[in-house]
Amino acid sequence: MTAAAPEPKTNMGQPVPRYDAVVKVTGRATYASDMPLVDPAYAFLVTSAIAKGRIDSFDLDDARRVRGVIDVVTHENAPKLKDSKLFSNGGYAGTTIQPLKTAEIAHDGQIIAVVVAETYEAAREAANRVKVSYTASAPTATFDSPGTTVAAATGQNAQFKEDPKVGDFAKAFDEAEVKLTASYETPTQHHNPMELFSTSCAWMGDELVIYEPSQFVYGLKYGVAEQLGIDADKVRVVNPYVGGGFGSRGSMTPRTAIIAGIAKRLNRPVKLVPTRDQGFTIATYRAETRHEIKLGARRDGKLVALRHEGAEVSSRPDAYCVGGTKTTTRLYACPNVDSLVSIVRADRNTPGFMRSPPEVPYLFALESAMDELAVKLNMDPVELRRINDTTNEPISGKPYTSRSLMACFDEAAKAFGWAQRSPQPKSMSDGDWLIGYGCAATCYPTQMGPAAARVRLQRDGRTRVEIAGHEIGTGAYTVIAQTAAERLGVPLEKVAVFIGDSDLPPAPVAGGSNSTASTCSVVTMVCDQIRQRLFKAVMPSQSLTDKAKETVGIGQTPATQAAKGDRPLDLEKAFDALGVGVVEEYGEWKPEGAPLDSFRAMHSGQVRLVGGHAMKDQIAYAFGAEFVEVRVNRFTHEIRCPRLVGAFAAGRIMNPRTARSQLMGGLIWGMSSALLEATEIDERNARYVNDNLADYLVPVNADVADVEVILLSEQDDHINPVGVKGVGELANVGTNAAICNAIHHATGQRIRKLPVRLENIEV
Amino acid sequence: MRPFSYQRATDPDTAVQALSAAAAANNPLTQARAQPLAGGTTLIDLMKLDVMRPAALVDINPLARDWSAIEPKGDGVRLGALAKMSDVAAHDEIQRNYPVIANSLKLAASAQLRNMATLGGNVMQRTRCSYFRDVSYENCNKRNPGSGCAAMDGVNRMHAVLGVSDQCIATYPGDFAQALIALDAIVEITGKSGARSLPFAQLHKTPGNTPEIETTLQPGELISAFSISGRWPRSVYLKARDRQSYEFALSSAAVALDVQDGMIRDARVALGGVATVPWRAREAEALLKGQKFDDGLAQRVADAAFADAKGRRQNSFKIALGKRVVARALQQAVTMEI
Ligand SMILES: Cc1cc2nc3c(=O)[nH]c(=O)nc-3n(C[C@H](O)[C@H](O)[C@H](O)COP(=O)(O)OP(=O)(O)OC[C@H]3O[C@@H](n4cnc5c(N)ncnc54)[C@H](O)[C@@H]3O)c2cc1C
Ligand code: SF4
Repeated sequence: MTAAAPEPKTNMGQPVPRYDAVVKVTGRATYASDMPLVDPAYAFLVTSAIAKGRIDSFDLDDARRVRGVIDVVTHENAPKLKDSKLFSNGGYAGTTIQPLKTAEIAHDGQIIAVVVAETYEAAREAANRVKVSYTASAPTATFDSPGTTVAAATGQNAQFKEDPKVGDFAKAFDEAEVKLTASYETPTQHHNPMELFSTSCAWMGDELVIYEPSQFVYGLKYGVAEQLGIDADKVRVVNPYVGGGFGSRGSMTPRTAIIAGIAKRLNRPVKLVPTRDQGFTIATYRAETRHEIKLGARRDGKLVALRHEGAEVSSRPDAYCVGGTKTTTRLYACPNVDSLVSIVRADRNTPGFMRSPPEVPYLFALESAMDELAVKLNMDPVELRRINDTTNEPISGKPYTSRSLMACFDEAAKAFGWAQRSPQPKSMSDGDWLIGYGCAATCYPTQMGPAAARVRLQRDGRTRVEIAGHEIGTGAYTVIAQTAAERLGVPLEKVAVFIGDSDLPPAPVAGGSNSTASTCSVVTMVCDQIRQRLFKAVMPSQSLTDKAKETVGIGQTPATQAAKGDRPLDLEKAFDALGVGVVEEYGEWKPEGAPLDSFRAMHSGQVRLVGGHAMKDQIAYAFGAEFVEVRVNRFTHEIRCPRLVGAFAAGRIMNPRTARSQLMGGLIWGMSSALLEATEIDERNARYVNDNLADYLVPVNADVADVEVILLSEQDDHINPVGVKGVGELANVGTNAAICNAIHHATGQRIRKLPVRLENIEV
Repeated sequence: MRPFSYQRATDPDTAVQALSAAAAANNPLTQARAQPLAGGTTLIDLMKLDVMRPAALVDINPLARDWSAIEPKGDGVRLGALAKMSDVAAHDEIQRNYPVIANSLKLAASAQLRNMATLGGNVMQRTRCSYFRDVSYENCNKRNPGSGCAAMDGVNRMHAVLGVSDQCIATYPGDFAQALIALDAIVEITGKSGARSLPFAQLHKTPGNTPEIETTLQPGELISAFSISGRWPRSVYLKARDRQSYEFALSSAAVALDVQDGMIRDARVALGGVATVPWRAREAEALLKGQKFDDGLAQRVADAAFADAKGRRQNSFKIALGKRVVARALQQAVTMEI
């Protein structure tokens, strides 16, 4: 075992290498824009240079003169498309702002024209030559800009149903022995996945194939069909590999139906590869947020009152919000809780999911405030968490299905060397560098959704698993293959996995960290259907078949007491008895508590995730604890974070290698978010300014010296058949607060606004 | 990108001719029809962004045969303009006797860029001002003379506090140039009427009323080498930046000292990341000469270096930061073991 492939502990699978490792490192993995097309035309977008106003006219003469230009499509001649509702209102779209429909402009960088040409170069050159006359009006950029409207999130956003509260916060806070009130801010961020927001559309007669990086092929299929006004059976979305998603490819963007419409008109495949800067405005982003936290505690650290008020920016037409109070009001034991989330509308593109959408900004606020409270109480911040740890969430008293928060704190503290910390701020240094240690809790809801799969087993053990899941770099291929191999008792090398194609049985959006739980649950179920058929063939008696359910694997010795009498199944014999060469099963699985319309929704590209705080009698979360070492230069005030240690417990770990990689990436992402990442907005004109990877900073290798991921054993039989909680969005939640807490320890200065930059330090 | 012609220049004469033939009389160099192509890491970037629109590229890489040597010259050194940043940074003699040069190169850009980029191209690199690099903004006096300056009251955290004008506050982003200006380098230039040379300090021009004119180089002229006299083993390059590598300076200082028996005989201080051009802090240097070093002196020197600085909304922090960087660089230079 190596650091990259940790030894599995109890309730962990084997750290087998990635299914897609070789094709990826040898460059043979075909991403959407690598898909071969017959005689494609190339599209290039023209986007608006103003955030609000209207287009008076285009001068397209210069553009049309460029050799190879086929057409310039504007709102005056664009294919007519139907509107799509926002995903949270039962639609498919990440925005209801539909470009190329009218002359109106609703945000910076809105698509205003599409140039189509024989080559990418000609399309790009012509796009540079499109001249636009606008009538601009003064746009509203963000918080505090003139012209915002503010309203409570409840009532506007169907997915944000209520502001959690319990007890009498006002009275309890008033009477609390120790009080803290603090305000926090997080910036606008963009996902910036490596793969650009490409799309290719090819028609064969009335059938459309879309190659596009997507975290939800079924949603895209149904959404595009709706916009084009055609039967969804005529639309297929294919993307075997996604070059990073982070939420940006979860809901449909307007570009796809536009390109599909143009391809139809030209009767020719059309390929679009937008630029990096266009990605900042034609897709979604994490909106900036503001928070006020009030904590009241007893002298011994017990919380008696907690209030979290959050405000989030969204676009004019769409009430998107993440509403992380659903998590922050339930994390610690506290009898009196109050909360409020509001949405601030501005002239911006509609924000959307970005890795741990609710938890990142809201836990930054809460976990910073907990550290501030610990300082006020003169208490170790780990102990403050321990004092307020709970087995039941405080809002409605439901028990956590499992919760290893303090075990994570203890393991991570030990590995980090927390005991060596001298608690006094500014008390540790090394030459030019002040040293600070900080920590924070991290958590993410356990979610799953209805899914279907088809599995085929051949006589020689070769197995084919089909499910429209998504490989966004997480290890989806690998854990699905492992699940099937283990369940059917066939060697891993014999399992072929097909995902990322809407012609396969439906799976949920690859979002909310539900993928492993959902896809592996259904694959387990369908493999069991195959086992049953095989067992039935050799053991016709009903009672024996029942026993077969209990066995583990076909070629393996039965695991449970009930099945002890069984001998391992002989595959050859079973196939002989059945008289076939191949067994194939299809099945549909839905989690407990899933709504009645789950399967219907699943077959029409709608998401029905359950879990987290929304379960009936329980609440399910994965937990972790993160410790960081921060160094602040006395002279330059440069801030570096050379050491990150995280311990995590997330139910069954299917593969410690891919899980570690997710969590490590999450820790680094969290550090990036605390110290580097922010989209700068020019408030005068509501435009993003640093819309490229030279100016939108993410860490480079030199910034990431030492990252340690500790996986804790945890077993949870209450969540889903595979007992998986999901790790994709767990690790980047706590890091923001941990780093600010460490900066406070290093410098004595409390910083409540992200990202922290050297000019914010006053040593 | 727009179509352009491409020509490989096999000798300096062909290069100069190709560039001069295309040069229109009143165009500033940055808008000349023909541009020399070295590593291309600035030029091709700006062409893709549609900021630079040359009709012709003259590839001068074949001249590297004669123009890339790192060689002794008198008591100093001569660096060919087509030498790669990485080769110069790794050169023994440079590391030993000109640490300020080696480190200004080593701390710049990324390994890949340093392998491609040349010294000549490096000193000629253009500002990273976001509004300059995004043609969808009308207002940029540098790109679009007379149109105004979007950065003045916009996103200007990275912008300059020294050498600014009401027309432009764009930072000169390079690192190596601070070492050259500190060491009184001479630039060797080849043009239509033969060779000329000038002090490096006279190569760049502050924006004033013509931010589109960035250097005194004329269309058709090429930099062939930089030469430095004397040796400067007691020299440092200190760079403060948002991340540990691959990032431009928020503030940097190139410092070279000649100290004997505790007395500073000669001192050179140049500032990066804070000025519109490579910046020599001569008033600050004057305070050092003939003095014994202490922290109080370092503070006075730093204050003098930024006496004329003018901050805007987001970049005022650079004044205090710049002073601390200068003071720290001086301390490092004084205490370095040579
Ligand atoms: C992401 C990124 C980060 C960077 N970070 C840094 C950094 O931290 N510090 C830093 O200093 N630099 C940095 N750079 C800039 C980089 O160092 C320059 O792009 C590079 O040095 C330019 O050299 P080149 O040979 O590629 O020039 P080219 O792109 O070929 O040329 C640049 C310009 O100079 C002209 N030119 C080239 N050679 C000559 C010559 N001999 N005579 C006259 N004119 C000439 C060209 O016509 C062109 O206009 C960074 C660049 C990028 C893209
Ligand atoms: S600072 Fe200079 S380069 Fe930047 S927008 Fe203003 S004029 Fe243009």
